[in-house]
Amino acid sequence: MCLAIPVQIQSIDSSRNAVVELGGVTRQISLIMTPEAEVGDYVLVHTGYAISVLEEEEALASLEAFAELARIQAQLELEQES
Amino acid sequence: MTGMKYVDDFRDPALARVLVEQIHREAARPIRVMEFCGGHTHAIFRFGLRELLAGAVELRSGPGCPVCVTAATDLDHAIALADAPGVLLATFGDMMRVPGSRGDLQSARARGADVRIVYSPADAVTLARENPQREVIFLGVGFETTASGIAAALLQAEAECIPNFSMLSLHKLTPPATRAILDAGQIALDGILGPGHVSAIIGSAAWEFLPRDYGMPVAVSGFEPLDLLSAIAALVRAVARGEPAVINTYARSVKSQGNPVAQNLLARVFEVGAAEWRGFGRIPASGLNLRAEFSHRDAARCFSTPRLPAYDPPGCRCGDVLRGVIEPPACALYGRVCTPRNPLGPCMVSAEGACAAYYHYGEALPG
Repeated sequence: MCLAIPVQIQSIDSSRNAVVELGGVTRQISLIMTPEAEVGDYVLVHTGYAISVLEEEEALASLEAFAELARIQAQLELEQES
Repeated sequence: MTGMKYVDDFRDPALARVLVEQIHREAARPIRVMEFCGGHTHAIFRFGLRELLAGAVELRSGPGCPVCVTAATDLDHAIALADAPGVLLATFGDMMRVPGSRGDLQSARARGADVRIVYSPADAVTLARENPQREVIFLGVGFETTASGIAAALLQAEAECIPNFSMLSLHKLTPPATRAILDAGQIALDGILGPGHVSAIIGSAAWEFLPRDYGMPVAVSGFEPLDLLSAIAALVRAVARGEPAVINTYARSVKSQGNPVAQNLLARVFEVGAAEWRGFGRIPASGLNLRAEFSHRDAARCFSTPRLPAYDPPGCRCGDVLRGVIEPPACALYGRVCTPRNPLGPCMVSAEGACAAYYHYGEALPG
């Protein structure tokens, strides 16, 4: 039930409602819980309300950590082989 | 669902393989992890993680399905409200087939009750605005994630002075149920996979009691394979090192202190009280009741309905599944008489129920 989906904000009106595209359908969602959200941001939407703004830096940091782990692992395997 | 930012990157198979290898390498002994959230249960099955981690990590489903933990007595109450004259009951779709003691909302609708499915609680406020001659009651089911939007919708009805909008608040809090499982001690656990979108609201710091009071590591996780695997890898490492902590592997969505606006909405509209959980019974300070100032919008106070004794479906072990004490195939009804097409218990009804997940992804019957 706590399903939430990342969507990009296309526009914001004066009541902090935003237009987003959700699964190919244009929908209105409320940004009342994410006062910091701006046009172009990605937010997690749950039952019509944005519950958090996705942090690109954090996403990239996670992905970089995975990539680093992959490099370390590849190195370990090389050392084991030699 | 391809080409989606924040989704595809976290499904990279090569990186997933690296994480799986790390988990197997670092798991000194097999550990058992409970995934609190029903959404995690589904993702774990969908991406085949149970098989990938077999021998290193056993994953056990928990109570994180709001539909499933709604008690039969509360469902009976909702159905009685739907049957009341002049009432339009608005609900999320996954509540329709959850069995009460004497039928479900779908059968109430079949006999003439006006039950409408809404995507958002705001849609229920719209229904009230557009149907001023009807009493619109929203069936408030959900954890912190959902309850905050419902609080916003109720305040919207207040601001617009819409008199015919009320709700039955059956909302529940996730940390008390986690405590209840650990306090009961019926299942030995090494770590908890913390719910991602609940934690977006309450903050990863809300789980500090797990390492502090129980010596139990918790990793807050997202819902993509790399999210889940990195959270599980973090738990394996915490267990191996004997260093329980709160680890947030979903930092792109979850902050340590959560979402303060959502927390304010919850605090303004609701107060914490005891709640009835299927499988657990009454858990103190685990539910959200409407504050007295909103009693005119509390359907439990505004409408008197007949209250008959409640009982769970005979033979259904949903309660044991929700507490993590058994896995679904251990229930005698599972897959034999209880299937998604003809569900007897709520864990088979809800798309995120553990029984539905096991069944959908082909977990065989024992023996």
